[in-house]
This record gives sequence, C-alpha cells and structure tokens, in this order.
Amino acid sequence: MSRIELRGISKRFGDTPVLNDIDLSIAPGEFCVFVGPSGCGKSTLLRLLAGLEDPSAGEIEIDGLLVNHLPPAKRNVAMVFQSYALYPHMSVHQNMAFGLQHRKLPAAEIERRIADAVRILQLDGLLQRRPKELSGGQRQRVAIARAIVRQPKVFLFDEPLSNLDAALRVQTRLEIARLHRALGSASMVYVTHDQVEAMTLADRIVLLQPLAGRSDVPSVAQAGAPLALYHHPANRFVAGFIGSPAMNFVDATVKALGDGRVLVDANGMCCAAQLSPQGLAVGEPVTLGIRPEHVLLGEGAQRARVSHVEHLGEVSHVYLELPGISTPLLAKSYHEKIALGELLPFDLPAQAMHLFRADGVAQARGNAAGRSVEAVDG
Amino acid sequence: MSGLVKAGAGSRALAPGAVPGQPRFPWGCIGYWAASLLFIFVSVFPLLYALSSSLKQGSGLFSPELWPKAPTFANYSGVFAEQPFAQNLLNSLLVAGSVVTLSLGLSLMAAWAFGRVEFRGRGLLLMLILSASMLPQVAVLSGMFELVRAFGIYDTLGALIIADLVLTLPFTVWVLVTFMRQLPKELEEAAAMDGVGVLTLVFRVYMPLLWPAMVATGLLAFIAAWNEFLFALTFTLSTEARTVPVAIALISTPSGFELPWGKIMAASVIVTLPLVALVVVFQRRIVSGLSAGAVKG
Repeated sequence: MSRIELRGISKRFGDTPVLNDIDLSIAPGEFCVFVGPSGCGKSTLLRLLAGLEDPSAGEIEIDGLLVNHLPPAKRNVAMVFQSYALYPHMSVHQNMAFGLQHRKLPAAEIERRIADAVRILQLDGLLQRRPKELSGGQRQRVAIARAIVRQPKVFLFDEPLSNLDAALRVQTRLEIARLHRALGSASMVYVTHDQVEAMTLADRIVLLQPLAGRSDVPSVAQAGAPLALYHHPANRFVAGFIGSPAMNFVDATVKALGDGRVLVDANGMCCAAQLSPQGLAVGEPVTLGIRPEHVLLGEGAQRARVSHVEHLGEVSHVYLELPGISTPLLAKSYHEKIALGELLPFDLPAQAMHLFRADGVAQARGNAAGRSVEAVDG
Repeated sequence: MSGLVKAGAGSRALAPGAVPGQPRFPWGCIGYWAASLLFIFVSVFPLLYALSSSLKQGSGLFSPELWPKAPTFANYSGVFAEQPFAQNLLNSLLVAGSVVTLSLGLSLMAAWAFGRVEFRGRGLLLMLILSASMLPQVAVLSGMFELVRAFGIYDTLGALIIADLVLTLPFTVWVLVTFMRQLPKELEEAAAMDGVGVLTLVFRVYMPLLWPAMVATGLLAFIAAWNEFLFALTFTLSTEARTVPVAIALISTPSGFELPWGKIMAASVIVTLPLVALVVVFQRRIVSGLSAGAVKG
C-alpha cells in the first residue's frame, strides 16, 4: 500500500515558476489524473514524482519514505513515456528484462514476470521483435509491460495515448482502466491534456493551471472526483476547462439576493441562480456561467436569434445571439430542425447556473443544487 | 539543350513533339556514365600505376606501359625478405587498432558528457578540443617528443599510440557528440528508471545506437593512424619499431644510389589492401536509421 504525499512542492526553471505550492495526497490504489492546458506543468509534476527532476522546494513522500534525494530507480515507481522510449536495439523481451537484470533478479523470476506481463497485455508472439517492427499500439503495450514487470508501487503515465489514433486511443484507454483494476493495489498517476481521458479514467482529477510567470497563484486549480469538478467547479478556470464544449460565460451584475437564490442582470436579461448568496452584494459585477447542455431550447420566456448551427449527428450545437452580448450563447440540442435566423425561446434553469465573482472564485452551490443539475442532465 | 537537361535529370517524360513509342537517344545516360568513368579513372589511376610498377623489374620500371611485359612478384617477396616488413605491418596494425579502440572508447564517454550532461564551461571545453585539431603536427612535434621521453616510451609503439590519439580524438569526439545529441533524451530517462549506471548507459544503450557513427569515425581514425608518418618517423628509431609508412619511406638499395621503385610500389600496394578491405567490409555496416522506432515513428 503506497500513499504519495506532496508537501509544498514548487518548481522553477531559472526565474520562471512552473509549479507552485502543491499539496497533494494520493491514496493507495487510486487512479489520479493530472490534467490541464499545455504549459501548466503537469508533465513536470510527474517527472518530479519519478525523480527525473528535482523540486525547487517541498517534500515528496512515497509510502512514508521521503524520496526527494532518491534516484528514480530507488523510488519504486515505473514510468511509461509519451514517446515510449523503448530501447530500439533490443527485442521486446530484452526491453522488459533489461531493468530487472540490473536489479540482479534471478533469471527464473524475470521470466515469470515477463510471462505475466505478456499474458496481461497480450504480447504473445512479439517477444523477439524489435520496437521498429511493432505498430504504435503494440509499442505502447510493450512500454506498459516494461513498467509492469518492475512491480512498482506507483505507475506514472506521461500522456501515453497521445501518439495513437482515435480508435486505438479509446481501446487503450479501456485497457489501462482494466489494468488498474487488475493490479489493484498499485497507484497510478496519469498525465493528459485530454479531459475525456481524465473524466473516464480518474478516481480523482487534479486540474493544474498555467502560472504564466506569476508565483502568487497556486498550481492546483482544483482536485477532486471527476463529477465534483464538473458540477462544483471551484473557480472560473475549472468551469471553463472541464466540459466540452466549454461553459458559457456572461458578464452580469447582482440585482437582488434571496434565500438560496441570486437574481442577476445580464445586460437587460434577468436570470435567477440557485446558489448561496453569501458574500455577494447588490450591484456587484459577477460572471454568470451555464453549460451548453443545460440551456433549455424551445421553452421559456427568453428569446434569441440562432446565428449558427453545427450538426454533429448525436447532438447539435446552436449559437444564440443575445442582445448586447458579443459572444453568442452556445446550447446543445437534440432537435435537428433548427434553422439559421430563427427566433427561439430558451430558458436558463436557475439550478444549473454558476456564478463567479470578479476574482474568479465560484459561488458555492448546495448539494441539492448539484443533484437537481444531474436531474437536468437526464 | 533543355531536352538534354531533362534526360540528364532522369526524366522519362517525352519531349514535346516526340513520337510516342519511339525511345529517345539516351544522351543523359551516356553523359552520366562517361563522367563517372572519367572520375573513377582519375581517382584510381595512381593506384593502378603503382600496381603495374610493382610487377615490373629492372629497366621495365622505366617504360610507361600499364601492362608489364614480364609480370613478376619478385618485388613482393623482396619487400619481406630485405627488411622486417611483416613486423612493420604488425606494428601498424597494433598502433591503428589501439588508436581506434582507445579513441572510440574515450570519445564515446566524452560524447555522453558533452552531449547529455550540463556543466559549466562545456562549450569552452568543446572548443578547446576542436582547436587541438587545428594545430599542425609540426607544432606539437617537439613538445610531444619531450612528453614521450619523459614517459620513457621513446622508440616504442606506445609513443605512437599516444601521439596518434592527438590526431584522432578531436574529430571522433565531435562527431559522436553530434550524433549523441540526436538520440532521444527519453532513452536516458528510461534507463534511469531502470536504474542502470552511467557506464552501462553509455556502452549498452548508447553504443549500439551510435554503431553506424562509431564505424564511420572508427574507420577514419584507423586510416589516420595507419597513414600517420611524421610522429612515426620522429618517435621511433629502430627498424623493428617502425610502422609501415616510415618503413616504406626508408626502403633503400644496398648501394644507396638508386631508389628501388619496384619494392616501394609493392609495399604501397600491400599497405593499401587492408584499408580497401576495411572499407568494403564496413560500408555495409554503416547503416543509418538504426534508431528508427526508438520513439514514435
């Protein structure tokens, strides 16, 4: 059982801060996904765990052991690289055995572990091939197998699917999830920029934000279960990152405060939001957020003109022009017969609303609100 | 004119107005082969003439025909009979072999340090190594002589090996550094995760990948050491310690008043053969693209 503890981790390259003040605890057996836009330092954080980079400040503890000064091989972690990094001059078998031979394991034990990995990852018949004789998906599986045979306490994956094509990516994603269940006790830390991978694989998502040269913002925008990040984003960055297409944001001012309700005015459009009014003042500028899938089309008191429609087959993206607001409001709809220029009624359900204050912090939504949002989903 | 250029570029397209089905006269092809033959003739002729002279004897040496009237191998046996030429050959082989092994081993480790490890003064050090190859041999000759005397290795092969390293190391280091930098960094990180040490990393991961570059630079180092004359002449005294280039230069007749051209040419042909053999053997192994498949490809 291996718990990973990060305490006060910071990393800077020269004068540029990359990671700031990260406190994180990854439970034994947990599948933890680091996700974020490019430049947020998620790969660097993984490399800190692996021991390929040293933190500028802070402590890393794996399984109760401070590993800051331990070399990668002594940390009981195994890493799967984005580019696979297989040894090109060695066969698949040698690639897996190489590290084990250096740990002076008996030959029988090495063969047993390789046989296990071959069975788990269906590598039969490939053992004597060189990496260049393998397809992308096979190389990926060999890279994972090379990690498995080390029997590490923690698996580190650095964007392992980004070099695969779309169909193979979905398949390998399933295999990794299956592998995690099969291996049980080992923790997995997985880096990706793809929120679908993050949402589907993670027990817990750690969403990192780019620092853009500032050292006063924390790197971790929010950490939590995938649905918690979806329903209760802590701030505007999280709300905008999780969910596709991204959440609609509309500038507004607070008009009135009620019990568990806030009334806002968005350039003449009046909406209610079902969330805690705590800390808000009437007249305060806020940002209203609502996900495209929560905008109700075809009913309600509001009216808007359709400026653009994208038909994706299963769903259509409808762009609504709101008076006085430059960016159109995006709504998902299952109706296919929506014409350009049509004047459509729509509604913004109060229980689906998010509200962000000027500093980006989200206004708390009650659990009840969260549940009712889930009801809207259905 | 444009038609000729086209054909020369290997284009099979018919010129406008050409009758389909009727092949055009292959000017380009003929030009290509004529130029190639001329080039081959110019570069091979000296060797050919040496071969021809080595088979002649006496006054035949002074007639210019390429095919000798009475071919004889007397010169070849004479070379080995009248001086310890076999010993000289072995010396050359030992020196060149050791120089290649040492310079490849040293420069591989140096290439890892220069190509992969970041340390202060790396660029300066690389420039210093490069500038070592700018010094003419004559400039280092006297200093090197003192060094050789101080080590007590004058008139031994060790002196030649050390001196020849001065010639080969700069370029082997530079070439291998360049190749080392092209290898993906993830390989080293994967090796770090596998827990291998620096020497294992260099010799078991990088060396097989750099093999084509090693063969090419090793071949050049071998040729440089094999042909090296000035150091060999200066640092050896006895006939038994000489390498082939010096031995050939010092071949003389008992009278001392004529040059034994036949034997000199025979020795030159003998000394060329190992190099030809090496290039023929290793050109197949100078394969590129061994690292294909290391990363996404």
